[in-house]
Amino acid sequence: VCIHRVRSCSSIRFIKSKYVCVFDKSALKFSHQQRLFRTSAVSCGQIVQFKLSDIGEGITEVTVKEWYIKEGDSVSQFDSICEVQSDKASVTITSRYDGVIRKLHYSIDDIAFVGKPLVDIEIDASKGVASEEDVVETPPMSHEEHTHQEIKGHKTLATPAVRRLAMENNIKLSEVVGTGKDNRILKEDILNYLAKQTGAILPPSPKAEIVPPQRKTEAVPAAPKDKARKVPVPVSRPIAFSGKDRTEPVTGFQKAMVKTMSAALKIPHFGYSDEVDLTQLVQLREELKPLAEIRGVKLSFMPFFIKAASLGLLQYPILNASLDENCQNVTYKASHNIGVAMDTEQGLIVPNVKNVQVCSVFDIAVELNRLQSLGSAGQLGTSDLTGGTFTLSNIGTIGGTYAKAVILPPEVAIGALGKIQVLPRFNGKGEVFKAQIMNVSWSADHRIIDGATMARFSNLWKSYLENPASMLLDLK
Amino acid sequence: MVLQSFKNCLWLSCVLRTPKACFWSTASGGLIIQSVSNDVYQNLAVEDWIHDHIDLEKQQVLFLWRNSPAVVIGRHQNPWQECNLRLLRQKNIKLARRRSGGGTVYHDLGNINLTFFTTRKKYERMENLKLVVKALKALRPQLDVHVTDRYDILLDRQYKISGTAAKLGRTSAYHHCTLLCNADKFVLSSVLKSPYKGLKSNATPSVPALVKNLFEEDPSLTSEMLLDAIAKEYAVQHHTDHHITLINPTDETLLPGISAKTKELQTWEWVYGKTPKFSISTCLNMAYKDSVLNVKVNMDVKHGRIEVCNIDLPEQWLPPGLYSELVKNLTGSKFCPNETTTLVTTLLRVCPQDNELHSRWTLLCENMIRLM
Repeated sequence: VCIHRVRSCSSIRFIKSKYVCVFDKSALKFSHQQRLFRTSAVSCGQIVQFKLSDIGEGITEVTVKEWYIKEGDSVSQFDSICEVQSDKASVTITSRYDGVIRKLHYSIDDIAFVGKPLVDIEIDASKGVASEEDVVETPPMSHEEHTHQEIKGHKTLATPAVRRLAMENNIKLSEVVGTGKDNRILKEDILNYLAKQTGAILPPSPKAEIVPPQRKTEAVPAAPKDKARKVPVPVSRPIAFSGKDRTEPVTGFQKAMVKTMSAALKIPHFGYSDEVDLTQLVQLREELKPLAEIRGVKLSFMPFFIKAASLGLLQYPILNASLDENCQNVTYKASHNIGVAMDTEQGLIVPNVKNVQVCSVFDIAVELNRLQSLGSAGQLGTSDLTGGTFTLSNIGTIGGTYAKAVILPPEVAIGALGKIQVLPRFNGKGEVFKAQIMNVSWSADHRIIDGATMARFSNLWKSYLENPASMLLDLK
Repeated sequence: MVLQSFKNCLWLSCVLRTPKACFWSTASGGLIIQSVSNDVYQNLAVEDWIHDHIDLEKQQVLFLWRNSPAVVIGRHQNPWQECNLRLLRQKNIKLARRRSGGGTVYHDLGNINLTFFTTRKKYERMENLKLVVKALKALRPQLDVHVTDRYDILLDRQYKISGTAAKLGRTSAYHHCTLLCNADKFVLSSVLKSPYKGLKSNATPSVPALVKNLFEEDPSLTSEMLLDAIAKEYAVQHHTDHHITLINPTDETLLPGISAKTKELQTWEWVYGKTPKFSISTCLNMAYKDSVLNVKVNMDVKHGRIEVCNIDLPEQWLPPGLYSELVKNLTGSKFCPNETTTLVTTLLRVCPQDNELHSRWTLLCENMIRLM
C-alpha cells in the first residue's frame, strides 16, 4: 500500500514540509535499515524501463546470475544492478539512471533478452532542482549481496559523506545553503550551518576529537543565550564519526565456543598456581633440538610438559577422570589423551595427543607437529578433536604469566602455561643466578578434586621439569 | 626475451596514478605486462585492478601470468560440482573463483594465462585467439592449431590446449585464456573430477575435454618461448614496442588498493559463498557393527551455508535430543568440513559420555563431513 500526497507536478517546492510518505511494504521489509526522515511526497517520479543493452559479438540472450539490488532500493547512475552470463562471459550491468528500483523483470537463472526491459526505475524528478526533500539514507548492503559499490539515495545534491554529516547532526539539507557546483552542499556548508546555530566561531584547524552531535532541542535554547552574550565561544569542529554497529549471527567456531563454555559454567572451578624453574629443561632442549631436526621434527617445550603431565596423572589418576551428568559416578580414564589448545585463524581448537602414557617425548613431538600443520590448514579430523581427558594451554607463546583457564567438559582439570621469563633467583648458597621461570595456573573441578591433590600433582609435574633427569626414573 | 623497460615502468606509474586523465605514452596502441608472482589470488587481483582503474580508450593491455598449482572456477560455478575438493586440500592446491564466466581450469607453472584488456566496444575474443594461433604458427609452422567457434584452441583438431572466459564491465572488458605448455595432466584430470554425488544446481557446468600439452607435440617448446612469441605478435598487431614490463602484484604504490582486492579473492565468502543455491540429495552407506545403514540425506545450501538439513536416521539410533541439536547446529553454518568438524566435536563434549553413543555420533558425522 503506497500513500502519496500529491501537490503540483511541475515544481516540487515544499517549505518545512511535514508530510509523511509511506513507502510500500516491500520497500520497508527489504530495506529495514533505511531511515526515513520527514520526507515529502515523492510524486511525479517517472518510471523508465531500463533495457538490457547490447553485449557485443551479436549476442541476443543472457542468463541472469545475480541481482545486486532489490525492488525498492535506491540506485545512482553507474551502480551495479546485476550480473549476467553469456557464453563464458560474465557481464556487470550498471544503472544508467538515478532513482528507485520499482520492478525486476527477471529472476535468477532466467534468460534475459537484449533490447528488452531488465528493470523498471523510478527516475528522480527532482534532479537538478534544489529540492526541499529530506534525504532517505540507505546504508551499504551486506557483502553477501553486493560486492562492489554502495547504493545510496540521491535526492539533494550532496555527497554521501556530507549527507551523513548532516544526518548525524540532525540537520535538514533543505535548510542548508549549498555553495558548490549546481548548488551542491559541501562539508563546509554543513559546518557553517552548525556554527551559525550555536553562535560559535569554528577555529581554523580542527582538533581530532569526536564531539557528539548536538541535539536540536539543546541547541535551540542555547542559541538565544549565546546571541545575548555576543561573545563567540570557540568550539572544536564537530567531527562526524561514521562508524556503525554491526550485528552478525554466531556461527561456526564461535558457536562451538559458546556451547563449550556454557557447559563449563556448571563446573565449580578452583585455581592453583605456581612457578617452575625451567633452567635445566631449557638447556636440555637446546641439546636435543638438533637431534630432533635430523629426524625431521620440530621440538618445542610442549612434548616435555605433556609427558611430565602424563607421569603425574599416573600418580593422581583422578585428574584424568570424568564426572557423569548427575554427579553420581566418576570414570577414571585409562588413556591419557592430552589436549593442546591451539589458536587458528578461525578461533580456538583443542586437538589431543592420544595415549601419552605409552609415548616417548619424541613420539609426542611428532604427533604435535602433525596436529599443528593440520590445525593451521583447517584439516583436523573428528578423532583428533574428540576423546581428550586432560588439557594444557600454552598461552605463554603469545604472552602472559598467570591465567585462569576454563575446564573443557567432560574433563576435570586444565593447565595454563605462561611465558618463560629470565628472572633473578637465589640458589642454595644464597647467590643470585639467572633462572628461566615459567608460571603455571591449574584449574580443577572442585566437585571431585581437592586443593591438596592439585597441589601434589603440580609439585610432581614441577619436579620432573625442574630436574628432567628424574623423568628417566619413572619413564615407562 | 623479457626486458624490464624503465620507460614503460615510468609510463605505467604515471598512467596508473591518474587513471583516467594523464595519458602520455611512449608505447602507443598496446602495453604488455607480465606478473612476477605465481600466486593465483594476486594475479586475479591484478586483472580486477586493471579492469577497474585503467582507461583503455587509447591503450590496450596484454597481461601475461602463470600460477603455482591452483584450480580456478568461473564466477557462477559450484566448486563441489567442478572439482575434488578433498584432493585439493590434501595436495595443498589452491582454489580460486575468478570474476569472469566460463568453466573450471587447472593451473600450474606449465600453463600460461593471457589476458587481453580492451574497452567494452573493442571486445573481440576471436581476434585475440587468432592472434595467439598466429604467434604459435610463427614459432612452429608445423603446429596444427585452430580456433573453434566455442573459443577453444584445438591441437591436431582433437585436443584442447586453450580455454577462454571473459568479463565485461561498464566501459572496460577483458578476455583471458589459458594455454597448456607443460602442465601436469595427471593431476589435472584427477582434481577436475568431482566425487560428490547427488548435487542439483543451476550453476554453470564445465564441459570436459581431452587435453594435450604443446610440449608433448614439440618437446623443444617452453613456456617462456610461448610467452615471448605471443608478446611479439601482440606488439606487431598493436604497433607497439616488443617490451614486456614486469609488475609485482604486491606493489601497493603502483597498484593502490591491490592488497584489498587480493584479500577479498581469498575470503571464504567469495570462493565458496558465491556458489549459486544448490541442493544435495544422497544416501550415506554407513557400516555399523555387522550391518550397513542406508541413511538418506537432503540439504539445501545457499551462499555456501546450510539452509535446510534432513537426515533420515533409523528411529532412536541417536537420542532425539541429540539429533535435533545436530540439525539445529548444522543449519546456518558453513558447508565446510572444518567448521562442521569443530561443531560436531564440541557437541560431543556436552552429551552423555557413552562409548556406544560416541561411536555412532562419530560415524554419522564423519560421513556427513565427507559430503563437504
